[in-house]
This record gives sequence, structure tokens and C-alpha cells, in this order.
Amino acid sequence: MNILEAANLKIWDNRTGKVIVPNSSFHVKQGSCLAIVGESGSGKSLTCRAIMRLNKAGISQSGDILFNGMNLTELSEKEMRRKRGKQLCMILQNGMRAFDPSCVIGVHLKETLAWHFGWSREEITAKMKHAMASVMLKDPVSVMNMYPHQLSGGMLQRVMIALAIVLEPDIVIADEPTTALDTISQFEVVEQFIRLREKMGCSMIFVSHDLGIVQKMADEVQVMKDGEIVERGTTRAIFSDAQHEYTRYLVSTKLALNHHFKKIMGGVSVAER
Amino acid sequence: MGSYIIKRSLISIPLLLIISFLTFVLNNLSPLDPAEVVLYAQGVPKITDELITETKAALGMDQPFLIRYLKWFVSCLQLDFGNSYVTGKPVWSLLGPAFLNTLKLTLLSVIAIIAFSIGLGVICALREGKWMDKSVRGVSFFLTSMPSYWLAALMVWYFSVKLDLLPTSGMDSYKSYVLPVIVITISFAGVYFRIIRSAMISNLNEDYVLYGRACGLPEKKITMHILRNSLQVAISVFCMAIPIILGSTVVVENIFAWPGLGTLSVNSILSRDFPIIQAYVLVLAAAFVLFNTVSDIINAAMNPKLRKDL
Amino acid sequence: MKLFKLIWKDKLAAISLSIIAVTIIAGIFAPLFAPHDPAEVNMELRFAPSSWEYLLGNDHLGRCILSRLIYGIRPSVLWVFVALAISVGIGAILGFVAGYFRGKTDAFVMRVCDVMLSFPGYVMILAVIGILGVGLENILIAFVIMKWAWFARIIRTSVMQYAEADYVKFSKALGVSNIKIIMKHIVPVALPDVAVISSSSFGSMILQLSGFSFLGLGIQAPNAEWGMMLNEAREVMFSRPEIMLAPGLTIIIVVSAINFLSDSLQVALDPKLMTSKHKLQGQTVASSAKLQGKEVA
Repeated sequence: MNILEAANLKIWDNRTGKVIVPNSSFHVKQGSCLAIVGESGSGKSLTCRAIMRLNKAGISQSGDILFNGMNLTELSEKEMRRKRGKQLCMILQNGMRAFDPSCVIGVHLKETLAWHFGWSREEITAKMKHAMASVMLKDPVSVMNMYPHQLSGGMLQRVMIALAIVLEPDIVIADEPTTALDTISQFEVVEQFIRLREKMGCSMIFVSHDLGIVQKMADEVQVMKDGEIVERGTTRAIFSDAQHEYTRYLVSTKLALNHHFKKIMGGVSVAER
Repeated sequence: MGSYIIKRSLISIPLLLIISFLTFVLNNLSPLDPAEVVLYAQGVPKITDELITETKAALGMDQPFLIRYLKWFVSCLQLDFGNSYVTGKPVWSLLGPAFLNTLKLTLLSVIAIIAFSIGLGVICALREGKWMDKSVRGVSFFLTSMPSYWLAALMVWYFSVKLDLLPTSGMDSYKSYVLPVIVITISFAGVYFRIIRSAMISNLNEDYVLYGRACGLPEKKITMHILRNSLQVAISVFCMAIPIILGSTVVVENIFAWPGLGTLSVNSILSRDFPIIQAYVLVLAAAFVLFNTVSDIINAAMNPKLRKDL
Repeated sequence: MKLFKLIWKDKLAAISLSIIAVTIIAGIFAPLFAPHDPAEVNMELRFAPSSWEYLLGNDHLGRCILSRLIYGIRPSVLWVFVALAISVGIGAILGFVAGYFRGKTDAFVMRVCDVMLSFPGYVMILAVIGILGVGLENILIAFVIMKWAWFARIIRTSVMQYAEADYVKFSKALGVSNIKIIMKHIVPVALPDVAVISSSSFGSMILQLSGFSFLGLGIQAPNAEWGMMLNEAREVMFSRPEIMLAPGLTIIIVVSAINFLSDSLQVALDPKLMTSKHKLQGQTVASSAKLQGKEVA
């Protein structure tokens, strides 16, 4: 059973008429994690935003996106808004910029939860407190009263994960959630993503160009190049027996880097864990 | 925060001193001898050297420059700007009421400007590139290229003369405010509208907007967040609008015969009434510095990043 | 020339450029273009409507309005341009020195600019006219005195970016003289920025000058000047409102053309000024400075 299916997804720029993703079809199985890898500019982020129907005004899309058998592209904007957050939850790359810089973090959390569930202030605080503690954020209440610039990128990433835990979505779309972080925070955040999946059993789309993390997180991998899906398969298959030349190139450079790193460090690298 | 307010206020004190000094120096740079001007202005038929020396002594002109400055400065602090050369009345008795009249006009106009520029700025930013945005920008572009006195004259001709709806000039009832406020608003709103619009657009492209939408927040809530962040830039600019408009109502006041600072200053320039010009420049420059300080402080208070550091 | 081509592609910008060019040429060669003597009084033709001989009609003294408009280009546009050029020149020299050499010179120049910019521009121009007396030259002097500071400040920001570029550092390391570096590497790249900055205040300066003339503080009769013509028209505003149309529309057309050209120059050059590293700081400075520049006439 597939929770999400994209068929003939095409994304183009209205102003220049340039086609960024020509024709993309893929699916995510219920409860599994699909990783999308590829270099920057290959259309990964645009694909994610197309699923949420959140691309910028100048970008258009066509094709079908079936979510639990329902075609998202046919929903009205109002119905779509009800799905966003509650059923399809997105986690962004740069935690530092994902929250309104002039409000404390708690404002966004409260607005979102009150909108979807109609909970009171106390309920929201209690639930968030619990969720934030579970993603290893110490002192959740004071975190909720801080401004984004007072927290680190890793902490903000974990706040987003905590919000996803409370929202209990059917699918989480994480757009390069670790790219902007240093190695230690990356490790902490990836750990929380794995626990999120274990706990909630939700499906996930995980965009990254860090193959080490992908190897650890994903059940299936899909490689994109210049807007096209050049290869897809199980994580094991991709890493051991890639068919496409580009995939082999990505995997080999990653292995070479790792090898080099291991030689220098003389131990297990963090990314390899 | 408290220490920032004190620090920022202290910076403005030397600035005020420099301004007062420059204002005083400027007036002493005049190619005309003030004593002669006074005599001329008072309509003395025959100006003799004796009379000039007498008048000089009466004006305190025979004293050294610095002493004159200090005396002038101290009396300015007590709102004593001397007497008008022409009428002999105390300057403050002329300047005070004129200042109030101009302030009333300015405040009403600033309120209208803020309302219009925020309203149109938000609407246009949310419809960037659509016909609404394009036409509003086109009109505002056209209006900023229009001389305000020309617009004022046309409006007087149409609304006051042709339709006989509003008074042509003076300051008699609330109706007298309508045309001057409209003219000032039209000539200034374009600039502020553009500031709001571009701040809104740059905020629209921020990640927090995307995340808010991805969390399913309604557009109304998201617009409020964008507006909140855009206003942070705009609030200090709006604050400065008050002294700027206070100092540039000259032409509009002249057309509507508004008994304010503009009319007073132009008349003083034409009759070379130096004490009034001096006081006018000093009061407005001080207002400028004062509002600049206040807007910096508000800016710091609005920005959580700055607030934390202070 | 590449720039010229870029602007030429944009239709509205091309029209604006043509309008400005025609205005300047007509102003310089006014005696050739004007059909009549602008000061020739002809009481028989008072308020005459437009005719083949007097295309735009005649004013309250029966003078040819078209000829007066053409002669009016000189004080209204050309002299303003001279004042603009002088203040941009002063601003550019100080801005280049401050932005390139930095250190104490920079600190000093910028403090002076701070003081100058903390005066309300419009009020200070009035003050200078008040002291020097009424007249066109005095307004122009006031413009130069009050405007150089903000040109200096913005040009400095622009120069600083280029002065920190690697090729400039490289030239410095090679021991090329400072003057040579400035002339060869910084002036050519900073010049477009200077053009955008100065063109954006040209329009508002024309409006301001005409405003002062309108108040009777500028050029004195019987000389022709656009603001002055409106001032004369105003006395018969209630009976002959149409006399206000020609000078008013001329100002609007010329100022719109200048503003439009300035905007498209900015788009064509995409100056680094607007996206500088000191964005927040630069923005508030630029916007408040811009507001000063845009004060209403």
C-alpha cells in the first residue's frame, strides 16, 4: 500500500518557461522512508514543495499527487491547508530561518496547534513540553519563550521534530534537515528522526545529499539529476549494486571520502554510525 | 535597554550643540548688517552711521562673537529667541502658535500616510506583479513626479471653486484640513508605500512564511507575521516622517494660506527677519534630532536581537 | 555602450531618454527653438488661446507660453543639473577618499556627514536662502551645501565594496600607486552606482527648485522659469485655470522621465548598493537619506 504516489509530476518556471522537473513519478510505501538524493539544483526541494503545493508564485506544476488515494492537486486551497501540518508535515533545512524572528518560538507552536486541534494554552504547553523533552530539549518551557536567534540550528530542528510529534502526521517531508548543521548537531538530529519513525510509524520523505545519513535512515533511495529520477531502489541495492553511472559516481565519492576520513581518524566516523 | 536609551540620548546632545552653533554662525554669515536690516525693517526714513551704532549696541552686536552665542543659547533654552526685527514682537509669540498649527496638519497627514501606505503596501505585496500592484505603483510613481503645489492648485480649483465644497484657504473649521491633508498625503504616501511594499515582499520570501504555510496556518495569520516584521523596518521611518513633513509643508501652507511655520518662514525670508529664521531653523533641527533619537530607540526596542544585546 | 543598448531595449526607458535629450538640447539652444522672445509683452494677446503662431497660447502679459517654457529649461533643468553635478562631484571625491583609504580620514568625513544629515534638508535650504537672500544662484548654492553629504556617504559604501575586492588587494600588493588603482580599478566600477544615485535625486531637485520659485524665493521676474510661471498663473487661477496646465504638465513629464530613467538604470546595472553586506545598516541609512532626497517640493 502506498501512502503517497506522484504521477507525471512536471514543474516549470512561469517567467522563463524553463522546465525544472520534466516528468517525475514515484511513490512512498506506508511506513517506509524514501530518501531523495542528488546535487543541489536537481529539483529535490521543488519536488517536496510541489507535494505540499507550496512552490513560489512564479513556479507552476502539473500531474497528479495521490495521498491515501486522494488527489491533492484537485483539492481546494482551503482543504489543502487542513491537510498541511496535520497530515503532511514539513521540516525545513534552516531552523534559524524557519521561525518568525520577531516572535518567541512558542507563538508559532501555539498558533499551529490551536488552529488544527483547537486546544487551550495549557493543553498545548503540556503536550509540547512532553514532545520537546522526548527530543532531548532541556527546559522546554524556557525554550518556548526564546527567540529563534537565541537557539542553535540543531535545537530549532528538534523543535520542528517535536512539533511533528504532536501533530502526528501521516507523512513527514524533511527537506535537507541536516545540511545546515555541524556534525554533532547532525548526529543528534538524525537520531531524533530515527526515533520519530520508530515511535510514530509514520512514512517519510527525506531529502539529503549526505549519503551517510541516507544509508542510515532510508528504506528506499531515489537519485535525481537535472530534474529526472535516474535510479531508484532499496537502500541496500543502491549502495552495493548501483545501476546508473551517476549513482555509482555518488556512492564511490562518498566511500572514498569516508575511507580517507577513517584513515585519518583511525576510527569510526560519526556519519558512519 | 535602559543603558542604550541613555547612551543614545547622550549622543544627541553634542549634535544639538553643533546645530545651535551652526544656526548662530549661519545668521552671522549674512552679507547684510543686522542693524541696517532692523532700521530698514522698522521703516526709519534716514539711516545714519550714528543710528547704526546705536542699534548695534541695543542688539548687543558690539560684544565678542562667543559671548553673543552663549547669551543667545542660554535664552533659547528658555524659549526666548529675541524679538522680530519687523514687528518687534517676541519671536516665540509668533513661532509658538505657528508651530502648533503646522503640527496639527502634520500629525493628521502622518496618520493618513501611515494608513494608506500600510494598506496599499500590504495589498500590493500580496498581489505582486498582478494588475492591482502594477496600477497602484504606476499611479504612485506618477504622483511622486507631480509638484505638490500644482496638485494643490488643481484641487482648490475643482473642489473649492467649481464644486464649492471646501474652503480655499485659511484654518477655520475641520473642512479647512481636508485639502491640505490630502495634498500632503498624496505627495508623501508614495515613498512610504514603496518602503512597506518592498519590506513585505522580501519577508514573503523568507523561510518562516514557507514553514508557517507548511504547518497549515491560515493566510491571515501569516500575513500578520509578515506585517509585523515589515513594520519593524518601517516604524523608525514613519517616526522620521513627522519632522520631515513638519519641515516641508512650506509650499502647501503657502497655497492654502495656512497660518503655520511654512508661511511664517517664507514671509520672514522675504522680509529678512533674521531672529525668526534663526528660531525656525533651530526648532526644526532640534525636532529632527529628537525624532531621530526616538526612532533609533524604538527601532532597538522592536528588534529582539538588539534588545538582547543592550 | 552596452548600457545604452540595455536601456534602449526597454521601450519606456527609451522614450524617457529621448524626452530628456530633447529637453536638454532645446534648453541649450533655446534661441533657436523658441518661436518668440520670451519676454516680449503683447497686451493685445492677453490670455489668448493656442494658435498657429503661439502654439500654447499667451499668458497674462501676452507673452508666448511655449517660448517661456523653452527658455525655462535653462534654470529649471540645466542649472539644477549643474548644482547636482557639483554636489555629486564633492560627494564623490570625499566618498572615494573615505571609502578607499579608510581609517581616520574615513571616520572624520563620516562624522561630518552625520552632522550634515542630521539637519532637516528642506529647512536648511530655506535657511541658506534666508541668509543669502532670494535668488536662483542662492538656491543652487543651498542645494550644493545640503546634498553633498548624502552622496559622499552612499558613494563611500559603494567604493568600500570594490576597494575590498581581491584584484584591488592584489594591485596594492604589487605596489601600484593608490591614484592609479582608484582611476583604473575603482572609478570604472563605481561610476554606474554614482550615476544611479545622482539620477535618483535629480527629479526631486527639479521639483524642489520649482517649488521655491513658486514661493517667490527663486528667480525673479521677468525671467522665465517653470515654477515661476506657475506662480504667475496662480494669480489668475480662479478665472483662467488653464494657464496652469502647460508648465505643470511640462514639469510632470520631465520629472517622470528622469525618475523612470533612473529606475531602469538601476535595474539595468543592478547596483551592489542594494544588496550590500551591511544590508540592515545600509538600508536604514539609505532609506532615511532617500527620504531626505525625496522631500516634497
